[in-house]
Amino acid sequence: MKNLWLSLVALVVMGAPAQAKLNVVATTPDLASIAREIGGDHIDLTALAKPTEDPHFVDAKPSLILKLNRADVLIEGGAELEIGWLPRLLDESRNSKLAAGAPGHVICSQGVPLREVPTTLDRSRGDIHAAGNPHFLVDPVNAKIVAQNIATAFCSLDAKSADAYRGNLKKFTEVLEAKLLEWQKKLEPFKGQQVVAYHNSWLYFGERFGLNIDIFLEPKPGVPPTPKHMAAVIMRMKTEKVHVILVDPYLDRRTAETVAARTAATVVDVTQFPGGVKGSEGGYIDLMDYLVNAVAKALAGK
Amino acid sequence: MKAGIITWRFKAISEGNAGNTESGLTVHTRAVVAAWPSAPADRKKLTRVQQVRTPLHSNLAAALAVLVLMVWGCVSQASGQATNEVEDLRRQLRQLQENFERMQREQHQQIEALTKKMDNLTKEQAAEADKKKLEQELATELQKNQPTAAAPPTTPAPSAAWSPTQPLTVARAGSAYMNISFDALMDVGGSTAPDPSQFLELGDHDPMTRGFSLPNAEIALDGAVDPYFKGFANIVLKLDHNNETSIELEEAYAQTMSLPANFQAKAGQFYAAFGRQNAQHPHQWAFVDDPIILTRTFGPDGLRNVGGQLSWLAPTPFYTEAFLGVFNGQGSTAFSFRNPGQPDTNGVLRVHGRATTDLTLSSPGELLYVPRIASSFDLTDQQTLVVGASAAFGPNETGTDLRSQVYGADIYWKWKPANAQAGFPFVSWQTEALYQRFNAGADPSASLTAEGLRDWGFYSQVLWGFRPRWMAGLRGEYASGNHGEYDPYDVYRNERTRFSPDLTFYPSEFSKIRLQYNYDHGALFGVEHSVWLQFEFLLGAHGAHKF
Repeated sequence: MKNLWLSLVALVVMGAPAQAKLNVVATTPDLASIAREIGGDHIDLTALAKPTEDPHFVDAKPSLILKLNRADVLIEGGAELEIGWLPRLLDESRNSKLAAGAPGHVICSQGVPLREVPTTLDRSRGDIHAAGNPHFLVDPVNAKIVAQNIATAFCSLDAKSADAYRGNLKKFTEVLEAKLLEWQKKLEPFKGQQVVAYHNSWLYFGERFGLNIDIFLEPKPGVPPTPKHMAAVIMRMKTEKVHVILVDPYLDRRTAETVAARTAATVVDVTQFPGGVKGSEGGYIDLMDYLVNAVAKALAGK
Repeated sequence: MKAGIITWRFKAISEGNAGNTESGLTVHTRAVVAAWPSAPADRKKLTRVQQVRTPLHSNLAAALAVLVLMVWGCVSQASGQATNEVEDLRRQLRQLQENFERMQREQHQQIEALTKKMDNLTKEQAAEADKKKLEQELATELQKNQPTAAAPPTTPAPSAAWSPTQPLTVARAGSAYMNISFDALMDVGGSTAPDPSQFLELGDHDPMTRGFSLPNAEIALDGAVDPYFKGFANIVLKLDHNNETSIELEEAYAQTMSLPANFQAKAGQFYAAFGRQNAQHPHQWAFVDDPIILTRTFGPDGLRNVGGQLSWLAPTPFYTEAFLGVFNGQGSTAFSFRNPGQPDTNGVLRVHGRATTDLTLSSPGELLYVPRIASSFDLTDQQTLVVGASAAFGPNETGTDLRSQVYGADIYWKWKPANAQAGFPFVSWQTEALYQRFNAGADPSASLTAEGLRDWGFYSQVLWGFRPRWMAGLRGEYASGNHGEYDPYDVYRNERTRFSPDLTFYPSEFSKIRLQYNYDHGALFGVEHSVWLQFEFLLGAHGAHKF
C-alpha cells in the first residue's frame, strides 16, 4: 500500500515516467494507420474514434480525456471534422504537449488543398464545414501530405529515431506512388462516370480517380434523406444511367437499398477508415485497395 | 451498314461526272458517314471499310461515268431539236414530282416533330406522376426502415437520462477568436394548476405560466484567452410572467490550460461541480424543467457562485477526477447556504419561514465548499458508465453558527452502437440522489423553533434515441423530508412525486422541439397535470458539451 502511494505520488510529481516510445493518439483510424506506417515500432498508438463510427459524432467520453492526458502527440485531421468533440476533450486533457501550435499537436490538413470551402456560412444549407470538405484522406496524394506532416512531427519530437521515421516515410511514399498508378489504371475505364453517395464524403476520391460523385442521398449535408429528394435522385439515376451507390458503415444502408431497388443499382459498402468494412483492416493501403476494387467491380458490373 | 454503302455507291455514280477525283469522293464519303445514324462503334467500322474500299470504287466509278457521258453524247446528237419539247415537258414533270416529294417530306417531318413533342410531353407527365408515386412509396418505406433502431442490450434497463454531447454539440465558425452563440428556449402549454410557478415549476428556467413563456435566452461566449487560459461567459436573459426582461450573469470564468501535475483551476462565477445536471445549462437538459430535488437543495437557479475550483485528474488506469470548489456561498444561487431568501408580504427576507440575518465572513470555514469525485469506465466498446459522489458544506443565514450539508450520488450509463448515425440510436440512464441537512435557526416572531430539517429525494431518467433525430424520455422523481414546523407553507418541502414522459425531435443539431407531460402529486397541492411544448434554437458557434 505504501509503495502504491509512493508510486502515485511519483506519477503526479514527475508526470508520466520517461518512456522510450512516443505515445501517439490519432483522432480517427485512417490517421492512425498512416501514423503506424511512419512510426513503426517506435510509437505506441491509439485511435479515439472507432472505424465504424461517424467521425462527426464521437462521444466525448471521459476515457478519451485520459488518453489525451497521457499522449505525447495528437494527430487530428483538422478541417473541423472533429469539432463536435475534440475541443472539449482537449480543454480537459491538461496536456501542454498538445496545446494549439505545439509540435505535439499535428493538424494533418495543413498543406492539403481543401475543396468546397464555403464563401458564406449559412446553416440553412445544412451542416457545412467552414474550413472546407474534411474527408480528404481518401485521395492518396493527400495521404502523402499527411504522412509528411506526421513524419515531420515525429522527427522533431523523437530525434533519435528520426532516421527510422524518414526511412518509413520514404518507403510509404514509394509504395503509395506505385499503388496510385495501379489504382488509377484500375479505375481508368470508368473515367467520367457518375456515382451516388449517401453523404458528401467522397469528393476527393472522385476527383483523384475521375469519377463524378456528386449525387447525394442527403438533400443537404447532415439532413436525412426525404422521399421527395430520393425520388429526384432515382429519376436522375435512371436518366443518367447511374448504377452505383456508396454508403459508409454509420449511415443508413436501408435507405440506399431502397433507392438501389428502383434503379437496379449496386450498393457498395465503403469506408474512410481501415477496419470500417470487412477487407479494409490492414491499414491505409489495404483500405484504398478495397475501395478501388469495390468501386471498380460495381462500375464494371452494369 | 449495307444500306450506307449502297447509298454511297449510288451517289458516287450519279455525281461521278462532277469530279471523280479521289479527294472529291473521300469528302463525300465522310458526309455520308456523318449522316449515318448508328452507334459510334459501327460508325468507326463503316469509315474504315469505306476508306479501304475507296480506291477500288473510285476506279470503277470513273469508268462508269465515262461510259454514261459517251452514251449521253450519242443520244443527244441523234435526236436533235425535235426532242426539245419532250425534254421541256419531262423537266417540268420532274420538277413537279420533286416539289411534290419535297412537300411530302416536309410534312412528314412536321408530323414527326409534333408526334415527338407530344410523346415527350406525355412522358414528362407520366414521369411526374411516377415521381409523385415514388415519393409516396419512399415515404412509407422510410417509415418502415427506421424504427428497428437496434434493440438495446440486455444490460440495465432502468429509469432516465441523456447525453449532453448528443444532439446539441455544434460547430465553431472558422477562425474567430471565440465562439459566440445565442440560444433561446420557448415554452407553451397548460396546466390544471392555475399558476404553475406556485408549486409545480419552481425553477427559474421552467415553464412558469399557462400559455407562452420564454424562460431562457442565453448568449454564450468562449475561447482561448491566451496560451494559459480559456474563458467562458454565459449571459442569460429571462422574460417574467409580466414580460419584463431580467438579465443575469450566469457564468463568467477562466480555466487553466496546462497546470503541472494534472491539475486544472477555474475561477470566476460558475456552476459548482455537484452531480450531473447542476452544471448543465437548461438547453442541455433532457426535460423542460429542473428535477424537484435539485430545486429544493440548490434553488431555482442551481448551485453557482463566485469562487474558485481546483480539479485533479488521477493517474489511475480509468478516468478519475477529483474536484474541490470554494465559493462565497452567498445569495439566492447558494440556496441552502448564505441565502437571504424571499421577501414576505412585509418585505422581510425569509428562508424556510425564518427571517435571515446577513452574515459577513469571519473565517475561511464560513465559505461554501463543494468536493466531488467522479470515475468513468468503458464497460464495453459501446457502453460507458460514469459514477460520482459530491457534497456541499457551508453556513446558512437562518441564525448564527448554523450550517447546511448536501450530499449527492450520481450515475450515468450510456449505450451507443459502434455504427451509430449522427449519434443515434442510443439509450442512456441517469440518476441522482441527494440528501440535505439544514440546521434552521429559531424565529420567535414567526413562532418557529430551531430544528434540523432533513430532505432527500432522487430523480431517475431513461432516454432512448430511437431513430436519427428522435428521442423519447421518461423521468420519475420523488422528494420528501422530515417534519418541519413551517411545512404547511413551504413549497420547497413536503412529499412530492412526479412522472414525466417526453418526446423530442431535433430538426438539426441547432434546434429542437419537445413535448412533455407531467403528472404531479404533492402533499401541498394534490394532483396536477401539465403539458408543455418547448422549442429551442441556437445561433452561431457553441462550444461542445461535456459527456
